[in-house]
Amino acid sequence: MSLLSPEWTGLLYLVAAVCFILALRGLSSPKTARRGNLIGAGGALLAVITVFLSSRIENIPAILVAVAVGSAIAAPISRRVEMTQMPQLVALFNGVGGGAAALVAMLELGNSDGPWAKVAVVFTMLVGAVSFSGSAVTVGKLQGLISSRPLVFPGLALVMGGIVLVALVAGGFVVATGAALWAVILLVIGLIVGALLVLPVGGADVPIVISLLNAFTGLAVAASGIVLGNLLLVVAGTLVGASGTILTRAMASAMGRGVSGILFGAFKGGSTAG
Amino acid sequence: MNPVTLLTVVVLAVFVGFEVVSKVSSTLHTPLMSGANAIHGIILIGAITVAGQSLNPGLLMLALIAVVLATANLVGGFVVTDRMLKMFAPRKQAGADARDETK
Repeated sequence: MSLLSPEWTGLLYLVAAVCFILALRGLSSPKTARRGNLIGAGGALLAVITVFLSSRIENIPAILVAVAVGSAIAAPISRRVEMTQMPQLVALFNGVGGGAAALVAMLELGNSDGPWAKVAVVFTMLVGAVSFSGSAVTVGKLQGLISSRPLVFPGLALVMGGIVLVALVAGGFVVATGAALWAVILLVIGLIVGALLVLPVGGADVPIVISLLNAFTGLAVAASGIVLGNLLLVVAGTLVGASGTILTRAMASAMGRGVSGILFGAFKGGSTAG
Repeated sequence: MNPVTLLTVVVLAVFVGFEVVSKVSSTLHTPLMSGANAIHGIILIGAITVAGQSLNPGLLMLALIAVVLATANLVGGFVVTDRMLKMFAPRKQAGADARDETK
């Protein structure tokens, strides 16, 4: 059953996209920030209602249970967490968002025809997995589960270069064969890359890396929109990817640091602040 | 989707994304990051779409995990942002409350 025509669906998604733009603009100024956040939440609610009405959705009870479980986990933690632990929580939510994008793309691999759709699948899976494991490491660092000092070992740059190469090869195989096995390998490589990317970052720079991973997840979501043919995902993901990039640079320059120095400083031996 | 239309949408969204946050004050860096984080939780509609098409129980299970994760991102993101922003107006709020009491 689809109650909404594609035209109405598109229009409602446009309204949701405008809500997201107004949310980001509102959040940029202290006076309008709270209202901006509420507008964003309203847009998201509208989009979720729209997706249920716009296409043929099976398994609705199971999906509603999953939504209830996700809300029941996230909302109480968000309300009760200590103020000092909020950065970890943001990183955690960012990571699970990236993980969700990677899973969505992997599940859609079988339905994607044409090489470009598969390239979008590969991009979403890789970037989503990097965001997931990278965020997990930042949570570990902020919680003190992992040393907040930059973790480096000899030849890290070489290992990183090698594994990126393997990721490209695996991605190529996914595009060429569309085989699930290669997709799983790609996912695992993405997880390793994310961890290796964040481990060398010093504790003081972790918030900037969270912002960068946030932009990454945005890009993964945009690519998943190409995979699913959903323009709202494309627009919302691109907005977050673009604004997140600007924000990351602003945060880095507010601390008097460059983004590449934070990410790759430890590789060069000139360590980042611990 | 027509590739050129898609590219047009993406390029325009990039510029809008750059513009809307270009004047952010540094005190709002963290809430803005958190708000943007909540917005990409909209991947939930992708997860719902995929779960709504799964007929194989194993794949459905994976899709439902994606739904749980995306919901946590979306709901948790907006709630935690709202809590952060509450901290920004405590003085004004307290002042307003005090004035209400004196009436």
